[in-house]
Amino acid sequence: MNAVSKAKVAMYWAGSCGGCDISLLEIGPHLLELVAAADVVFWPCAADFKYHHVASYPDGYIDLCLFNGSVRNSEQERMARLLRQKSKTLVAYGACAISGGIPALANLATPEELFARSYTDCPSVDNPGGVLPRTETESLVGELEIPHFYPQVLRLSDIVEVDYLIPGCPPQATRVWEVCQAFLGGALPARAHEQLAGCTDKSVCDECTLEKRLVKISGFRRHHEAIPEPGWCLLEQGFVCLGAATRSGCGALCTKVNMPCRGCYGPSGEARDQGAAFIGALGSLLNAELEARAGELIDQIVDPAGTFYRFTMSDGDLKGHR
Amino acid sequence: MADPIAETAAPSPDGWEPRIIAFLCYWCSYTGADNAGTARLKYPHNVHIVRLMCSGRIDPELVTTAFARGADGVMVCGCHIGDCHYISGNHKTMARMPLLRRTLEAFGIEPGRFVFEWVSAAEGEKFARLVRDTVAGVRALGPLDWPGRLRARGVGHGRDLQPWGAQP
Ligand code: SF4
Ligand code: SF4
Ligand code: FES
Repeated sequence: MNAVSKAKVAMYWAGSCGGCDISLLEIGPHLLELVAAADVVFWPCAADFKYHHVASYPDGYIDLCLFNGSVRNSEQERMARLLRQKSKTLVAYGACAISGGIPALANLATPEELFARSYTDCPSVDNPGGVLPRTETESLVGELEIPHFYPQVLRLSDIVEVDYLIPGCPPQATRVWEVCQAFLGGALPARAHEQLAGCTDKSVCDECTLEKRLVKISGFRRHHEAIPEPGWCLLEQGFVCLGAATRSGCGALCTKVNMPCRGCYGPSGEARDQGAAFIGALGSLLNAELEARAGELIDQIVDPAGTFYRFTMSDGDLKGHR
Repeated sequence: MADPIAETAAPSPDGWEPRIIAFLCYWCSYTGADNAGTARLKYPHNVHIVRLMCSGRIDPELVTTAFARGADGVMVCGCHIGDCHYISGNHKTMARMPLLRRTLEAFGIEPGRFVFEWVSAAEGEKFARLVRDTVAGVRALGPLDWPGRLRARGVGHGRDLQPWGAQP
């Protein structure tokens, strides 16, 4: 491939923790193959490009744009629109871009509550004047403006057309490299409609090697309260494990080290709403003959909404608090 | 993901009538509702009945979908414990629905909008009363209009996103 025809790739970081950028670095030596075959034309985490460089590119200049992070403010929205315009293929990379991810847990609170918690009420905050951030500020160099806050966390697909979804929090490096290879080999059609990539249509339970003893759950425990017995299904032991409602792709990574699946790859199979799907699955696994006993058991589950929609709050049916 | 909410009509503020979706199992609760009809018991027309073979088939996703598409309230009814035609279908229901209720509450959906009760084939009177109580409760709570709320926040279309207004 000569320099003129080299593919152009970009990676952007919106409302997310930065783990997705790390997951791309995690492909390790393959990164050298990637940059040998393609030019990185925008990747704020790793290369010194500015927004105005992107704005100066012709439309469709970027062949593959990996967009990670959710959209909660005007800057993220602007970049989503700009990168869509400049990219042939736009990928929602990671749980936040696809379904809100961890930032979208904030959808269970109002903006007022979020600001109060962050800037005044939190015990570690020292803000006697109750000063809150403002979007416009007068300074020595004139008026400065910071991005505007939106009422709730949105998915990338709420803003622009998305071609592919690579799930995970973050996506696993082996899966990411597979998708990169498909792209470099010309096996990834430029346009698609929210097509999943880098995952399978099975569930995490299908890939999990822990032994299912087919016993029903007699009590729930949180991970800091007990040490799981090695080799035995965590859910059967009473640790809330979302494997049954989560699509695979990670190879049941967490359960390999005795951590319950938190559901980061999103809903499995035909399910659209991961939380509702998990409630459906859990309901058939309780060791309760009497209604009162079933009630006692489910009351042991702390924060069901935050737990069952941990990575998919913006993508479930309800998408957040009224 | 394609959201159906953009096509859902917003309820008019005046002349609003509660829209209640009731998921009933075929063998007991639907027969109970039928019984109410045969006995000519009066109950409000706001309830739209969806019949499923067993309450164990009432996937929690049906309930979240109903709210997301504009229901003001949802009812779930099945056979009493011990009476399920499929023996243990309602054992799943008795675990799922209370857990779903706790989850819905975290989203700000009041308990009165989600009614879960056992109704036998002989309990036409109970069914009629349940509908009357549910409709009265939801009427007092007012419209839920989940689709309108999401539309206003840009979900599914991303147009005209308004910054959160209360910042000083
Ligand atoms: S519930 Fe969790 S621990 Fe049990 S089989 Fe599924 S993924 Fe493995
Ligand atoms: S086991 Fe679950 S939480 Fe862990 S990486 Fe896989 S999908 Fe994500
Ligand atoms: S048939 Fe009525 S609950 Fe199963």
